[in-house]
Amino acid sequence: MIVAQRGRTNNLRRVRSRQQESFFDYSLLFIVLFLLAFGLVMLYSASAYDASLHYNGDSAYFLKRQAASTVLGMAAMIVVANIPYHFWERFAFLGYAASIVLILLIIPFGVEANGAKRWLRVFGISIQPAEVAKLAMILCLASLICRMGRGIRTRKGFLVVLGIPVPVCLMVWQITENMSSAIIIFGIAVLMLFVSCPDYKRFILLGIAGIAVCALAVFVIVKLSESEATSAVVGVRGSRILAWLDPEAYASGKGFQTLQALYAIGSGGILGKGLGHSMQKLGFMPEAQNDMIFSIICEELGLFGAISIILMFILLIWRFMVVANNAPDLFGALLVVGVMGHIAIQVILNVAVVTNTIPNTGISLPFISYGGSSVLFLLVEVGFVLSVGRGIKLKDL
Amino acid sequence: MIKNKTGNRKKIVTVFFVCSGILLLLAGRLTYLMVFQSDYYSEKADQLHERERGIKAARGRILDANGTVIADNRTVCTISVIHNQIKDPDAIVEVLSKELDLSEDYVRKRVEKYSSIERIKSNVDKEKGDAIRAYNLEGVKVDEDYKRYYPYDTLASKVLGFTGGDNQGIIGLEVKYEEYLKGQEGTILTVTDARGVEIDEAGEERVEPVPGNDLYISLDMNIQSYATQLARQVMETKEAERVSILVMNPQNGEIMAMVDVPEFDLNNPYQLPDETDAENLSEEQKQEQLNRMWRNGCINDTYEPGSTFKIITAAAGLEEGVVTTEDRFSCPGFIMVEDRRIRCHKTSGHGAENFVEATMNSCNPVFITVGLRLGVERYYHYFTQFGLLNKTGVDLPGEAGTIMHKMEDMKAVELATVSFGQSFQITPIQLATTVSSIVNGGNRVTPHFAVMAADREGTEIKKFSYPVTEHIVSEETSATMRMILEQVVEKGSGKNGYVEGARVGGKTATSQTLPRGSGRYIASFLGFAPADDPQVLALAIVHTPQGNYYGSQVSAPVVRQLFENILPYLEKMDYN
Repeated sequence: MIVAQRGRTNNLRRVRSRQQESFFDYSLLFIVLFLLAFGLVMLYSASAYDASLHYNGDSAYFLKRQAASTVLGMAAMIVVANIPYHFWERFAFLGYAASIVLILLIIPFGVEANGAKRWLRVFGISIQPAEVAKLAMILCLASLICRMGRGIRTRKGFLVVLGIPVPVCLMVWQITENMSSAIIIFGIAVLMLFVSCPDYKRFILLGIAGIAVCALAVFVIVKLSESEATSAVVGVRGSRILAWLDPEAYASGKGFQTLQALYAIGSGGILGKGLGHSMQKLGFMPEAQNDMIFSIICEELGLFGAISIILMFILLIWRFMVVANNAPDLFGALLVVGVMGHIAIQVILNVAVVTNTIPNTGISLPFISYGGSSVLFLLVEVGFVLSVGRGIKLKDL
Repeated sequence: MIKNKTGNRKKIVTVFFVCSGILLLLAGRLTYLMVFQSDYYSEKADQLHERERGIKAARGRILDANGTVIADNRTVCTISVIHNQIKDPDAIVEVLSKELDLSEDYVRKRVEKYSSIERIKSNVDKEKGDAIRAYNLEGVKVDEDYKRYYPYDTLASKVLGFTGGDNQGIIGLEVKYEEYLKGQEGTILTVTDARGVEIDEAGEERVEPVPGNDLYISLDMNIQSYATQLARQVMETKEAERVSILVMNPQNGEIMAMVDVPEFDLNNPYQLPDETDAENLSEEQKQEQLNRMWRNGCINDTYEPGSTFKIITAAAGLEEGVVTTEDRFSCPGFIMVEDRRIRCHKTSGHGAENFVEATMNSCNPVFITVGLRLGVERYYHYFTQFGLLNKTGVDLPGEAGTIMHKMEDMKAVELATVSFGQSFQITPIQLATTVSSIVNGGNRVTPHFAVMAADREGTEIKKFSYPVTEHIVSEETSATMRMILEQVVEKGSGKNGYVEGARVGGKTATSQTLPRGSGRYIASFLGFAPADDPQVLALAIVHTPQGNYYGSQVSAPVVRQLFENILPYLEKMDYN
C-alpha cells in the first residue's frame, strides 16, 4: 500500500517539478494546523467554565494564553523549517547538557503549579525543562547514532544508546516528579534505536521483558493490597494501579479523575452532545482543559469526533513516516523518527489513560491539551520535520 | 553523511504500523465505551448532574357526613432569593421589606448573603406571594406550598388531629389515615454544575405530585358543634374539669360526634391554653402539657364507669337466666359479701323491688346479687364475650385498654364491686360500644369514623368496612334490656334524660375519680333513642363537677338537650 501511495505522489510531484525545485510537506503542515485550530476550539470549550469562575469572568483566559504560545510556536516552527537541519547537529550534546542543567535548576528556582514543581520562569514565560529534554534527546541521539555508524550493531553501541537517556529520565522522574515524561523520553530513545539497529530479536525480547515486569508489578500490588497487613506498603503509585483495575471502588480518591473521564466518554455516545454541551467540564472534571481534554472531545463530539481525531493523528504519523523514509540522510530520518515517536507515544498514552486502558498518569494530548511549553516545543519539532522534508530533492522521489 | 538505508526504512514503516495498530485498538476501546457502555455511564453521569427538588402533594381533605369540608389545604408561599440571579438588590430589599413587613436590615442581610438560595419568609399568604411575583424581580423565587387548614378551628380537634411541618399527620384521623391522605410527592429534576448552580438551558424535568385522597367520615359537624356547645355549657356551669360527649349510631358503630372539652385550636396546635404559664416551662414540660392538651379522653383515658356498667351485669344475668325481670328482691341498704358490708347509694334501702325496679333504682345490692349468682367464671365469660377485654378497634390512634382483675385474682368481693361498675376501668368508647351492642340486638360493632376514601371528584377509592361480632347476647335479652332501660328513663333514676315525644332508654352513673376518697366525682349518663329501635346512642361524662355531682342531675339533662335537638334533625337527615 505504501509503495502504491508513494507511486501516486511521485506522479503528482513530477508534474510540479518544473516549478519547484525542492519538496515541502504541505499535507503535514495542514494536518498540524488543523489539529492546532481544533485544539484551540476544544480548549476554549473545555476551559471556559473554569476560566470564568477563577479568572474574574474571563472565559477566554486559557484560550488567550494557549493562542499566544501557539503563535510563538508557529513562528519558531517557520524559522526552524527554513534552517537546514544539519545546522542543529552541532548543538546535539550542548542541548543534552543544557536540558540536564535546566532540570537541575528546578531544585532551587522551580515554580510550583497544581502541586508539582515542573516549571522554570524566564522573562515571564514559564517553560517545562522536560519538554526541552525531549527535543534535546531526539537531537542528541540522532547525532550520536550517525557518529557511531556501524558501531550501533555491537552490544556496546546498543547499550550506549540505551544508556544515554537514562540519567535524564531519572532526573525528570525524580526531580520534577513527572514519570510520564520520563517514560516518553525513554520511549523515544528505544524507538530511535529500533529504527537504526537492524536487529529485531533484541527489541522483541525487550518488549516481552517490559510487559512481564509490568504484569508482575500489577500482580504483586493486587496481592499486597488484598491482605490488611501489607496493604500499607502499596503506596501512591500502587493505589493508582488498584484504581485502574476498579475505578468505582476508588471513586473519591485515585479513581476520581478516571471515573469522571469515563462518565464523559460514556455519556457522549455515538454523535456526542454537541460542541459546547459537555456537562463534565462544568466542574465535575477537574481541569478539563489539561490531560483529560480528550474525554471532553468524546462527550461533545461523540465516537465520531473521537475517531476522527485519532485518524488525524494516524495521518500525522503517516506523514512523518513518509518524510523519514525519504530523508536525504540517516540524521534527518532519525530526527523525524524521534518526533514521530514523541507524538505517537504521547497520543497513545493519553488516549489509553483517558479510556482507563492503562493506569492514570499525567500525559497531555499533543497540540490539543493546554500547555504552552508543550505546544511550543512540539511546533519546533514539526519545524525540524519540515526542514528535513525540504532537504528531499524532488528528483530523488 | 550517512545514508538512510532500506533496513531503516522498513523499520520506520514497522513503527508506523505498530503505532497505528495501537491507536486503532484504542479506537476499538472507545467504541466499546461509547456504544456498549454508553447507557451505563450516561446514567451515572446524569445522576451526578441532576438535583432533585420535591414538590409537595396536596393532602386529601376530610369531609363530614354532610360533605362539609372540615380539613382543607391552603396555598401558602415561600419567598426566597437566589444570590447569583439578583440584578437589582436594592429594589429587592425595598419590595420584600415592604410587602412582607420585615425590617430592611433583615432582608438586606439575606439578599447580600452569598449562598445558592436563601429563604426570606415562609407561610406567606397566596395573595402576598402573587403580589411579589407581579414585581417580576430577578432572583426572587416564590414557591407555592400547601398548609393544612381547619375551617372549624377547635371543633373535633382531638378527632381530626393536625399535621406537622412536612404535612404529615401527627395525631387523630390525620395520622390514622396518613396513607390515604398524604398523596405522593412530585419531583423537579434540574441539571446543575458541580457547584449546584442550575443550568438554565438544560430545562427541568417534572414528575407531577399525586394529591392525596379525600376522607369521608361519619362525624356530623352539626351534631359535633351542638354537643360541643352543651359540653362547654355544663363544664362552665358545673365548673367541671373536663366533659366528654360521645354520639354514635349503635347499629353500625358510626361515630357522629366525639367531644372532649377543653379542645384545642387545630390551626394553632402548639398554643397552650391561655392560663398556662408557658414562659417558665422547660421543653420537656411544655411537650408534656401539649400531649395532655391533645389527649382524647373518650379513647385515650380509662375511668371507673360506675352504674352505667349495671347494663352489662343485667344483660349477662338475663342471658344466663340467673335473673328475670319478675325476680323479686329486697334491699336493706347494704349487702354482706363474705365479711364485707357493701352499701347501697340509698342507705335506708330500696325495700322490696323486682329486677326492673331495681335497675330503675340503680340498686347496688341487687346487682351484686346477680353478679354473685353468675359467679366469677361465668361473669368473666360474659365480660370477655361482650368484647370488654379487647380494645374496641376505633380508628383513632392510642386507644387505651381495659384495666381489669385477672380471673384467678377475682374473689366474691371483687366480683361484687365489678357487678355495679367499680374496681376496674374502661374507656368511654368501650362503654358506649358495648352498650350499643347489647341494645342493637346483640351485634358487637366496631366504632369508627372513616366511611370511605375518594378522589377529589368524589369517586370512591376505598370503602372502609369494620368487623361485627354477632350474637354476643340473644335478641330476647337485647329487647329486654331496651325495655328495662326505657323504664329507667321514663320512671327511674334517669328521668332527667326523658325527651318529650320520644322513646329514650338510658342509665345514669355517679362514680369516683380514682383514687377513691378525693371527693372528686364523675357524673355520667348513657342514653339511646328510639328505645325500641336505637338509632343514636349518646354518652355524656362530666369530670369533677362542683356542687351536685349525680349523673342523673348533671349528665342526664345534657343528653336530654342533645336528643331534643338532634332527634328531629336525624329524622330529617334520614338517619332512621
